Amino acid sequence: MAPSLEEPIEPVDDALTSNLKQKPALVAPEPEHCPGPESNDAGKSDACAGCPNQAICASAPKGPDPDIPVMTQRLAGIKRKLLVLSGKGGVGKSTFTTMLAHAFASNPANTVGIMDTDICGPSIPKMMGVENETIHVTSTGWEPVWVSENLATMSVQFMLPNRDDAVIWRGPKKNGLIKQFLKDVEWGELDYLVVDTPPGTSDEHLSVNSYLKESGVDGAVLVTTPQEVALLDVRKEIDFCRKAGIRILGLVENMSGFVCPKCTHTSEIFRATTGGGMRLARESGIPFLGAVPLDSRIGMACDYGESFFDNFPDSPTCKALRDVVINVGEQLGVDAVDILGDE
Amino acid sequence: MSLQDVKHVLLVLSGKGGVGKSSVTTQLALTLSLQGFSVGVLDVDLTGPSIPRFFGIETAKVRQAPGGWIPVPVHEAQGAGGDLHGGEGSNGHSANEHSRPYGSLHCMSLGFLLANRGDAVVWRGPKKTAMVRQFLTDVYWGSLDYLLIDTPPGTSDEHISLVETLLKQATPSQLAGAVVVTTPQAISISDVKKEINFCRKTGVKVLGVVENMAGFVCPNCSECTNVFSKGGGQVMAAEFGVPFLGSVPIDPMFIRLIEEGKRPVYPQGTVIDGKAMDTNGHTDDAALTDGRLIDKYTSCSLHPLFDGMVRQLVQDMGT
Repeated sequence: MAPSLEEPIEPVDDALTSNLKQKPALVAPEPEHCPGPESNDAGKSDACAGCPNQAICASAPKGPDPDIPVMTQRLAGIKRKLLVLSGKGGVGKSTFTTMLAHAFASNPANTVGIMDTDICGPSIPKMMGVENETIHVTSTGWEPVWVSENLATMSVQFMLPNRDDAVIWRGPKKNGLIKQFLKDVEWGELDYLVVDTPPGTSDEHLSVNSYLKESGVDGAVLVTTPQEVALLDVRKEIDFCRKAGIRILGLVENMSGFVCPKCTHTSEIFRATTGGGMRLARESGIPFLGAVPLDSRIGMACDYGESFFDNFPDSPTCKALRDVVINVGEQLGVDAVDILGDE
Repeated sequence: MSLQDVKHVLLVLSGKGGVGKSSVTTQLALTLSLQGFSVGVLDVDLTGPSIPRFFGIETAKVRQAPGGWIPVPVHEAQGAGGDLHGGEGSNGHSANEHSRPYGSLHCMSLGFLLANRGDAVVWRGPKKTAMVRQFLTDVYWGSLDYLLIDTPPGTSDEHISLVETLLKQATPSQLAGAVVVTTPQAISISDVKKEINFCRKTGVKVLGVVENMAGFVCPNCSECTNVFSKGGGQVMAAEFGVPFLGSVPIDPMFIRLIEEGKRPVYPQGTVIDGKAMDTNGHTDDAALTDGRLIDKYTSCSLHPLFDGMVRQLVQDMGT
């Protein structure tokens, strides 16, 4: 199943003549007006008039995806499902996902799963130190890779023949894989499923949301860095969550401030010139879960696939993370003791 | 066809997000412009466009001409007759700092088309594909020496469409190649390796690797900390047999320049590349924020670094 560029793509040539070009006011069309190719109105609503895809949509099979009930059943054993989102790349979504999972898993009574939906740039396996594992297919489905007794992961990385292979896939193919992650993976009984996402607001996000709608997402944690360039994209992600009806558990500010290891002077590498995550959270009326300072040891721990939580429990960064995790628990209505175990 | 008069098309790629693709694109554009070339910047990151913010033109809107878009100007060419380059190398450096001639710089991004800067663009692949194609065919760039294309992270719809369209529409001599940006840590390197394999598979030449965020110099005690470790980019470049263009440290002053529009100033006695940096006393805000981005950028410590990098790139690409 070597992905290649020659893969046939949907007929979108005539999409170039869509209303975007004819609209005199140069404002991008609002995608929410499209009823969605799988809805009952596909090809029939007002917005479809003149859409080059109208004929395709109108003739496509209607109704919800027949696989959704299958997925819902497969995921029935999962108590809580969390999304980790950010409009911006490299702000620490994956790092935060692993931290959150390690924190949940630090209580031996919890079983935790991580699903990596970043198809083109999967980082979770490396951060978990299971980069070279492969998936076992059993009669009941795909067995996720277990990092420890109570921590399972699933990522496209486990399916690549070579570690550095590029996954050059267009949207529909990515959606297909995400669907398989939800439909075919033998997650079993989990207390938490943390879903790591790629940056942006596109196929992966829409698919995860629509596939999980039935079984219910408990909420999304948004990750940002303090500078405006990142906040700009996170604002878009908040807008996306609102439009998609995903509950936002709160906003985490990562990489806020760096303590020089020599002189302990705190520098704001990514300066919060516009008030940072705190102000964004206040403006958009979502909870602020905390600020996590930059620590070069986190990067190191991730590179070697070790748990920062277990290795540096006394560092200020770890304390900040612990607070964030407790705040996440609070939003979910879970006691700190249940999350972190008795300490 | 809008790419007709573009001499070189340069992609800025990275498998990983947040490594500084847009910031490297910005600096490459400014440096090329300072060397007297006319430059266009196309932002194909549709769901998270950052280029408008980087050039400080967030409120600008794109104007439409019959059948196409007119890109947003950052600045027009200045000095010795505007179009300095009939295809020759730069001689802009003999001129003194403040009146040095530079080439024009224009930008195009989806950010300019949004009604509201907080609006999410929730598009699936086909729509993104259509938009990327339109960006490549319907923008009036005019005559350009370099067109830099800033991309989103990953190897998906935008990238496939971009390369497909470019391979179809641009001549091989136009499509100069790709600059790959990474940060030094292994997590980032492993994603960026995928991007280099993408380039291999699609036949896009890798012009070089830039290692960004390599080290942070504490402004208080000038201790250099490798926040995101070190050296990974160089090792990777060697492994894949592609040129290594250089390591770029984190410069809070560059971030300040972008975020607040303030001219970079450095502590007394900062010497970079044998040249003392701007430390002078005009510390009041008005003096610092005055002037155009390109003028202010010349006092940034990263400029000499990029100057060298761009010279190497220009040489590699030929004319």
